[in-house]
Amino acid sequence: MRVPRRPLPVWADIALLPLVNIALAFITVGIIVRVIGVDPFHALRLLVVGAVGSSESIGYTLYYTTNFIFTGLAVAVAFHGGLFNIGGEGQAYIGGLGCGLAMLAFDRYLPAPILIPVGIIAAALFGAAWAAVPAWLQAWRGSHIVITTIMFNFVAAALMVYLMVNVLIAPGSMTPQSRNFTAAAKIPAMHDVLAAVGIHVAPSALNLSIVLAIACCVGVWIFLWHTSWGYALRTMGHNPDAAIYAGTNLKTMTMLGMCLSGALAGFVGVNELMGVHQRIVLDFPAGYGFAGIAVALMGRSHPLGIVLAALLFGALQQGGAELAFDIPTITREMVVVIQGLVILFSGALVHLPRPWLQVLLSKRVS
Amino acid sequence: MDDFVTVIFLTFAATLRVATPLILCAMGGLFSERSGIIDVGLEGKMLMAAFFAAATSAVTGSAWLGVAAGIAAAEVMALLHGFACITHRGNQVVSGVAINILAAGLTVVLGTAWFARGGQTPSLEDSGQRLLPIFFPNAGDNILVYVALAAVPLTWWIIERTRFGLRLRAVGEMPLAVDAAGISVAWLRYRAVLLCGFFAGLAGAYLSIAQNASFVRDMTAGQGFIALAAVIFGKWRPFSAFGACLLFGLLDAVAIRLQGVRVPGIGEVPVQLIQALPYLLTMFLLAGFIGRAVAPKAIGVPYEKEH
Repeated sequence: MRVPRRPLPVWADIALLPLVNIALAFITVGIIVRVIGVDPFHALRLLVVGAVGSSESIGYTLYYTTNFIFTGLAVAVAFHGGLFNIGGEGQAYIGGLGCGLAMLAFDRYLPAPILIPVGIIAAALFGAAWAAVPAWLQAWRGSHIVITTIMFNFVAAALMVYLMVNVLIAPGSMTPQSRNFTAAAKIPAMHDVLAAVGIHVAPSALNLSIVLAIACCVGVWIFLWHTSWGYALRTMGHNPDAAIYAGTNLKTMTMLGMCLSGALAGFVGVNELMGVHQRIVLDFPAGYGFAGIAVALMGRSHPLGIVLAALLFGALQQGGAELAFDIPTITREMVVVIQGLVILFSGALVHLPRPWLQVLLSKRVS
Repeated sequence: MDDFVTVIFLTFAATLRVATPLILCAMGGLFSERSGIIDVGLEGKMLMAAFFAAATSAVTGSAWLGVAAGIAAAEVMALLHGFACITHRGNQVVSGVAINILAAGLTVVLGTAWFARGGQTPSLEDSGQRLLPIFFPNAGDNILVYVALAAVPLTWWIIERTRFGLRLRAVGEMPLAVDAAGISVAWLRYRAVLLCGFFAGLAGAYLSIAQNASFVRDMTAGQGFIALAAVIFGKWRPFSAFGACLLFGLLDAVAIRLQGVRVPGIGEVPVQLIQALPYLLTMFLLAGFIGRAVAPKAIGVPYEKEH
């Protein structure tokens, strides 16, 4: 006979519980760092300095943050509709293909103010199209979206390798990458923009894509909580039967949710290819799609939470690289371990600390 | 004529070699999925097993200890999955994704810290450190290949012909009925998850100490997902899943042979297309274009005992 659970106060549910979950993940990371023979506090200090210690490292932190915001939002939008999109990786890849193709096609003819929006739109369209297939298969053919999006990640990777090796490779190039875009295709770097207004910071990969990311956060917030479509999407996520009763077409909503999600993931291609690489390369999504699941879970699928979680993950990514540079026994993959543990503790084991908190808090109340 | 026979034999051997980890993994996935626990984390379990098998074999010099360590590593991951999904009724897909990412990171982190070779384990040169072919030296028919072949009828027998199997199927379809009969849903599912870990462990050990002679980062390269696809493609039945594994293995063996070869009438077939075929075929099946794949009814739904 178990005592029925008393619900947690609201503030504990939205603020305390996630913090406890993150703390558990980081304690586990600390243990792993200790096991491989490094002082966890020393490692933590190096990591923090590496992430925010100079204007250059802050720039890189924010550049990684941009990618995490895109994929985090992508997962979150689908989540609100009760759809689990694990295909962010593939959608980012194909989104990048879209903006890259647009650049290769138009960069010699269009000026930057027109070319850059074209690239952004192309990334969104291609990302959305790649998400639309699993969405269609779920809505009309009843195949499970989790499985199909996973499969589509692999199909995207195979497709990109084929295209890069056989079609898009620059003539005379040994490595599979396209020709360089012209200067018109470059999204301005943040250090150049700031220098133009008299602020001098060290050069980094940070570019104006972060403005797009913030705009997406606001857009997603407005869409989900202040439009009737967003309301219908969230209704479908909470209770599909109620949504049907309210006259929502679940098929349309599935398509809408997934296409938005795919478009957001596709913007990773904008930040990477138009912001940094200046050509189409292989493997640029580099796990951001999967990390988006961690970001969305940690940010409780709310744009504000996602920005905070993305900042943490961006700092980890940048600080982790510096840490790996300083301590040879630690590799960059430590960041991947942290991502995995965050997904575990804030996702699958989200209710683990609930009984502990209930005991703690109810004692204080009574 | 002899040449032809040799080619057939070698292609068959290559197919079996590639299919073995898929078969082992798929049988593991079958137990888990038939009990109602989605297993997206097959890939991660296999990767952890591959790493710990190669690391243990390199340090102790014994392939058998390596296999044991591989199974143990996969079981730890399986228990984690069980703890999250069965005990804490967490989201099974999220837990599986977490296990995959955790394994991808942890194997490289531990490998670099312990062996300082960029995530690789020392290569296994001693014959005692690896599982070697038994009958045909150039076919790679090590013990795990035969274990995989035996695992299929064994899985079928357990699931279709034993009391445990009957209950396992029931718990995947309607856990409430099993609970009402006084049988523990949680314990049944834990056993299924542990069986899954056992087979995924064998599959991982096969990769690093039988098929190859060391662990390389991300060496599973999606095979766990192909195995999952095979389970679905085989409509959650052992022999059909076995057939799917052989088909996917054959595609892989053919892809290697077709590299850069012009097929008369078609031209050069892109290797990437053949590599993507297992996923595409599974999607076609799931979409109901080739037959119908019906998952166990209670799959992915955590069981909440009523009080």
